[in-house]
Amino acid sequence: MARHHVNCTINGDHVDYLCDTSQSLLDVLRDELELTGTKEGCATGDCGACSVIVDGVLVCSCLAMGAEMNGKSIETVEGMASGNELHPLQRHFIDKIALQCGICTPGLLMASRKLLERNPDPSEEEIRFWLAGNLCRCTGYNNIVDAVKAAAAEMRGA
Amino acid sequence: MGRPPSPFGTMIKYEPKALHVIGGKPTDRPDAIDKVTGRARYAADINLPGQLFGKVLRSPHAHANILSIDVSAAEKLPGVKAVVTRDDFPDMEVEYAASGELMINFKDVTRNMMAREKVLYDGHPVAAVAATSEAIAKKALKLIKVEYEVLPHVINVVEAMQPGAPVLHDDMFTRGVEPKPEKPSNVALRMTSKLGDVEAGFKKADVIIEREYNTAATHQGYIEPHASVAHYTDGGVAEVWTATQGHFVFRAQIAKLLKMDISKVKVTPCELGGGFGGKNNVYLEPLAVKLSQKSRRPVKMVMTRDEVFRASGPTSGTNVKVKMGATKDGKITAAFAEMNYQAGAFAGSSLGLAAITVFTRYDLENVLVVGHDVVCNRPKVAAYRAPGAPMIAFGVEGVVDELAEALKIDPIEFRLRNAAKEGTQTHFGPKLARIGYIETLERAKQLDHLKIPLGPNQGRGVATGFWFTLGMETSATININEDGTASVIFGTVDVTGGMRSAFSMIVAEELGITADKVRAIPSDTSVLGFNFMTAGSRGTTAGSMAVVKATRNAIARMCEIAARKWGVDQDQVVFENGHCRPAGSNVGDFEPLSVPALAKEASYYGGTIAGHAEINVVNQGPGFGTHVVDVEVDRQTGAVKVLRYSIVQDAGKAVFPDFVKGQWHGAAAQGIGMALNEEYLYNDKGQMINAGFLDYRIPVASDLPYLHAEIVEVPNPNHPYGVRGVGEVPIIPPIAAIANAIYDATGVRVYEQPFSPPRILAALDAVAPKMAAE
Repeated sequence: MARHHVNCTINGDHVDYLCDTSQSLLDVLRDELELTGTKEGCATGDCGACSVIVDGVLVCSCLAMGAEMNGKSIETVEGMASGNELHPLQRHFIDKIALQCGICTPGLLMASRKLLERNPDPSEEEIRFWLAGNLCRCTGYNNIVDAVKAAAAEMRGA
Repeated sequence: MGRPPSPFGTMIKYEPKALHVIGGKPTDRPDAIDKVTGRARYAADINLPGQLFGKVLRSPHAHANILSIDVSAAEKLPGVKAVVTRDDFPDMEVEYAASGELMINFKDVTRNMMAREKVLYDGHPVAAVAATSEAIAKKALKLIKVEYEVLPHVINVVEAMQPGAPVLHDDMFTRGVEPKPEKPSNVALRMTSKLGDVEAGFKKADVIIEREYNTAATHQGYIEPHASVAHYTDGGVAEVWTATQGHFVFRAQIAKLLKMDISKVKVTPCELGGGFGGKNNVYLEPLAVKLSQKSRRPVKMVMTRDEVFRASGPTSGTNVKVKMGATKDGKITAAFAEMNYQAGAFAGSSLGLAAITVFTRYDLENVLVVGHDVVCNRPKVAAYRAPGAPMIAFGVEGVVDELAEALKIDPIEFRLRNAAKEGTQTHFGPKLARIGYIETLERAKQLDHLKIPLGPNQGRGVATGFWFTLGMETSATININEDGTASVIFGTVDVTGGMRSAFSMIVAEELGITADKVRAIPSDTSVLGFNFMTAGSRGTTAGSMAVVKATRNAIARMCEIAARKWGVDQDQVVFENGHCRPAGSNVGDFEPLSVPALAKEASYYGGTIAGHAEINVVNQGPGFGTHVVDVEVDRQTGAVKVLRYSIVQDAGKAVFPDFVKGQWHGAAAQGIGMALNEEYLYNDKGQMINAGFLDYRIPVASDLPYLHAEIVEVPNPNHPYGVRGVGEVPIIPPIAAIANAIYDATGVRVYEQPFSPPRILAALDAVAPKMAAE
């Protein structure tokens, strides 16, 4: 099987790896680079647990191929905090109890971060529709909506 | 469940007192930071040096005899290091054991993890392979030749009960029927339970409602697929890291299934990505251990989502008949239920639990419950949050709604007139101790929700739920460290992350220190005595009983240290507000000693301060809840939208109230999913056709409104802080509440769940000509 040599940037660091043609970006992150913060819930693009940001675009990493990441910039949950300083979304997810088991949390954090980049003051409805691709089975989503709103307010300086 | 309560069991009477920590908010939720940074380690995140990847070959048939299995070509594929089939596992005798809220039978467990004579459902494991890569393991599966003799299959519970139905097990003769039937059938068990005289009760009724309900099988839908990593050492010890709700129970099952000593199996529960009862059973674990033993390498196995749907979970689909009668003044005189529950491929549905929950919101004199546990060609059912209860509540709460309507009594008022209370005799045995059902109904009456006017095609529904709180074996150890901080090691699996906070808060309350000075640490199986799993809402309730006992042992040890230091008898020392003090002024004038001061002195006065508890918790108080929902029905599409949702529940005492509410939101969302969308769908070959999150649609954020939760606190009389189990009750009422709301919106009753758009349209069409004629 062909092995591809890929150079890319992950969370600001230059990374190079070898991967098989069949490996998804999710497989590469988890199995080759041991960045296991990105989770696999379905591997078919239905649950959003593997959400990452590639060149500014929110994607399901299970649907992107590892071999096509050459030259791209990838952001994962591991790069969200600045050192020991949590991102406001991370802090408010904890504070509002927007996570229980936590398996969907990395994907929800990446999706929420992208939402707030596009729309710094989203309504409840906008949050619910933007996050409709991220399944959570524990929370019923209430507290996730609250956490995103609280983080948005803090990030706006409101 | 499944065994009578022990006369040597432990309960601690409720101790009313002012609380400083419990009921507040912890300054730091111990599990959460690693979860938001991606550093929390779930089973699929574990990797061991030299590990292989294991994959399972699964049956494509719903029902077939296995004529032969040829693994020779797979074994020869480069990179394949081990293959296992039925021949690698010892057969098991019939032997029952508790596993979560359901009973298991080892004869069936070994056949469910790896088919022996037959495959009994689409997805049933037939062989497993360990190879140096996942790709090679998958290729090897294709090289395994299995010769099947395909048999007729049966999926539906009512069809499976018919005399001519394909029989799954030739040795299954219905238990609970005298004399023993001459022919085998799919009805594993017929059970009855009664109180009073139900026929006499119906004679007293002015109104009788009798209805039949059908529900679909639904999956727990945890986002984390099952995953296990096993390492069988050359010393004959198996180490397993896995996604489980009960590491001690899994250890016992692995040892039994592989004929190992329990002492040679160590199970470490990883951070759990959702369970809801579905991670109460071994699936991959024994296979991974056996593959590791054969290959002499660690083996990692992770299910795909397709495998999760086809071969784990789900809950029982059911057929239920409910008949209830009431007098004109709204008093229920008799209640009858027949419950036909799918068990899946092997006996053991949630029938027994459904029989306990069925009418246990009401104070009834005459009850008859009949139930059948029925096998069919589906995956063996697993517990799912209040197993069996949402389905029977759909029926009972629907009939109660119809009775209230027929008698022109408000549905909450009707329930109040019949509400179970302290002293109510249940049909299954015990009398209820102090409970909070009435309090939830009274609080529900005060909800602002009820004052909001409804528009066209909108309706409001009410339903209620009951669930017990399981006790069982529970252990904990507390160490008071040299600096006066406390480490508490607990044996229940922290399935949602709330337990670590709750135990820290409870120990802090006991020791008179702040919760941030207590670290609650999940155990592996090597550090504590046997613990039953996190099931039956027992995690925080029973777990905290062991934690309290252990802490009080450590406090006794601290009093001993103070007594030795002061040269007085130990009974002359008391522990109050975080300090050892002289019990009275006659003891002597000694400065109180704080926990850190005592910790510093411990070594000289005899050794480290620790406490532990190994108890069997009994007689825990059940929980009750009342839900109110508003829906809007789109008559063009048949879509039902939930507009408003309110949950009122008795928590006994909420240790961490915001977290308790979070669990209620999640359970109600699962119930809403059951009500509106979720169901297992099969083709005519008995293969599941919606084994993925695209086609098995669980609620997403835009499907749901804001869920309102209110906590009622009626203390559990047999817990020191009054805590009741909270996690399961709120999944029980949603199906029924939504069905009642759909009726309020449309004038049409629905008797088949889920209430998906095609079903709603059909139900509306069925009555449309009649309504037009009127």
